[in-house]
Amino acid sequence: MKHIISALVENKPGVLAHVAGMFAARAFNIDSLAVGRTEDPDLSRMTIVVVGDDRVVEQVRKQLAKIIPVVKVQDFVDQPVVARDLMLIVISAAPEKRAEILSLIDVFKGKVVDIGQKFVMVEVSGPEAKIDAFINMCRPYGIKSVARTGTIAMPRQFKAEDNEA
Amino acid sequence: MCPKLRSTDSSAKSILKPGAQIVVDTLIEQGVETMFGYLGGVVLPLFDKLYDAPINFIIPRHEQGGCHMADGYARASGKVGVVVATSGPGACNLVTGLATAMMDSVPLVAITGQVRTDLIGNDAFQEADTTGITRPVTKYNCIVKDVKDLARTIREAFYIASTGRPGPVLVDIPVDIELEKCSSDGSKEMNLPGYKVQTKGHARQISMAAKAINESECPVLYVGGGVVISDASEELRKFALKANLPVTMTLLGLGCYDQSRAESLDMLGMHGSAYANYAVQECDLLIAVGARFDDRVTGNVKTFAPKAKIVHIDIDPASISKNVRADIPVVGDAKIILSELVKEVEHRDRKEWFKKIAEWKKKYPFRYDNNSTTIKPQYVIEEICRQTNGDAIVTTGVGQNQMWTAQFYKFKRARQFISSGGLGTMGYGLPAAIGAQIAMPGQVVVDIDGDHSFNMTMTELSTAVEHKLPIKVCILNNGFMGMVRQWQELFYNKRYSKSYLANPDYATVARAMGAAGITVEKKADVAKAVKAMLAEKMPCVVDFKVEREENVWPIVPAGKSIHEMNGLDILESLA
Repeated sequence: MKHIISALVENKPGVLAHVAGMFAARAFNIDSLAVGRTEDPDLSRMTIVVVGDDRVVEQVRKQLAKIIPVVKVQDFVDQPVVARDLMLIVISAAPEKRAEILSLIDVFKGKVVDIGQKFVMVEVSGPEAKIDAFINMCRPYGIKSVARTGTIAMPRQFKAEDNEA
Repeated sequence: MCPKLRSTDSSAKSILKPGAQIVVDTLIEQGVETMFGYLGGVVLPLFDKLYDAPINFIIPRHEQGGCHMADGYARASGKVGVVVATSGPGACNLVTGLATAMMDSVPLVAITGQVRTDLIGNDAFQEADTTGITRPVTKYNCIVKDVKDLARTIREAFYIASTGRPGPVLVDIPVDIELEKCSSDGSKEMNLPGYKVQTKGHARQISMAAKAINESECPVLYVGGGVVISDASEELRKFALKANLPVTMTLLGLGCYDQSRAESLDMLGMHGSAYANYAVQECDLLIAVGARFDDRVTGNVKTFAPKAKIVHIDIDPASISKNVRADIPVVGDAKIILSELVKEVEHRDRKEWFKKIAEWKKKYPFRYDNNSTTIKPQYVIEEICRQTNGDAIVTTGVGQNQMWTAQFYKFKRARQFISSGGLGTMGYGLPAAIGAQIAMPGQVVVDIDGDHSFNMTMTELSTAVEHKLPIKVCILNNGFMGMVRQWQELFYNKRYSKSYLANPDYATVARAMGAAGITVEKKADVAKAVKAMLAEKMPCVVDFKVEREENVWPIVPAGKSIHEMNGLDILESLA
């Protein structure tokens, strides 16, 4: 089962190596890993997608928490989350196909960020499945290159009780 | 522009000192009396400040030896061991020692020199990515790139090394930071937002554990190195006696429960006692304290303690349910939890259970052929145990020598048995004995070693001679890598592939280094040699030419359940 694990870590050199090294040393598989700063310059957030049974993921969580510069670890498995990927994709776009491609981009709420005679670069964000679907739809035109961030996620803040109150 | 700031500046300037001095001052502040380590280019500023420091400094012959010495020092005394090495090869040579300490949760602080900050990453002379190399074998490591962080980082290193589940911490210091001047009392406060240690157990979990114990018909208490580290032997004794529980120990737990007592089941696991292994497989409740269900303990983990509910008490949450799922986990310090738990447990007779255990104990004690005319290694160990009144600090190499020591030396107290359990580092025994003897100058320290283990670090004998340490090195010399040979005999058709080599005459080597050397070839001379060895004031090496193809029994073959032991028939035939 896929788990999204979010780790708040000290923004120090070596922390990423420590986390990545622990995953490798303990033979845990990372599906994706995204790191970025937070509102606090001393802290970064790592969002790690791991596949494994409950026991494995429990170990992942505990081993992460054990790393000294890791401040907090959460597993989002039992709560509603907003999970997003960001992708930049370059698609071959001959002039006669361009209109077709642009309407496809529109369906996926993508944004053209660069364009040339024979290509179009598109920014798409959304849940992982949507990104995968977009890639599949683009295949017939020819994909030149893809860059993805990996998933970042946050638990939904909105709760039903809040609404009633 | 700001007079206030300027005045702070000038007052700070009056106590400006170089990083190297800050390191030494912080070490002294942390209570360091003894250090181990080796010199090199980039640690010269540090050694220059050590010249005047009130610290007993021991130079090993190799950094690995220095790291094991600091480790033996720490295990014998309970204090943090400190080791210093230079950059590049010096730091690389620490790796085995750090990994040994990491696996066995030994508090160490390693300080390594590093090339100048502006050279880092340039493949400079004697440059190695020390923090990169040592990251998986340390509890924490870091490089200090600002002299203002130095004092705080070293304090944090001691704090991290010695609290929670202890372990080695490495601080890498570039040479320019050692030289740069700074106001020493810059940043005293620690800054470790990600380091929290839970020592007090959850009250509800403790009550659940107590309830399970009170309800159990046939429980087993399974205790490990965590009890030694937490100094909880007394709490363990009170708890085991009040609840009336049989106690088995892991290799690293040996000594934390008096083995002369009837309820002691001695060591469990691959070369553990049959009675401990049977008891674990039959018990309805297994109470693990400061132990981590290592594969050498559990054998086939799927069939380990199949009837038992598991209570697991450990300070490291990641150890709980890692190998064996705990039914009642209790996270915290063993000493604190046992002293809470003892209040809630009741005495139960469990006559049937203890009767069963007594039968196993009677049927399958550790035995060897006492009538043999050759020197049996077990006989040597029993003789050492007898003549030291079971009171010596004993270190070991790794392999048969280590297992026989665990089986035949009867330990009475914690911190008496010092051995590389998790990593299984051959060559650990001699340097660890040196460290232990320095920590405990009044005590008898014996390294019970194998010939091949001793070969790996015997150069440290000259360190022992230099410091006139009366350590005793007993080599159980069978001319083989004994445990490897045993496996080849049992599992590889007796094809002794590369498991032997030509040894030197150890007594001559010892004398050449300035130690005493004794060779024992006859069984009748064993007792006399042990007596002479114990009377010796200088390091003494005794080369016991033991039976060459003696095996350690019982043995649980790899992958088998721990009740599926080989060699029980041999033990019975020796009755």
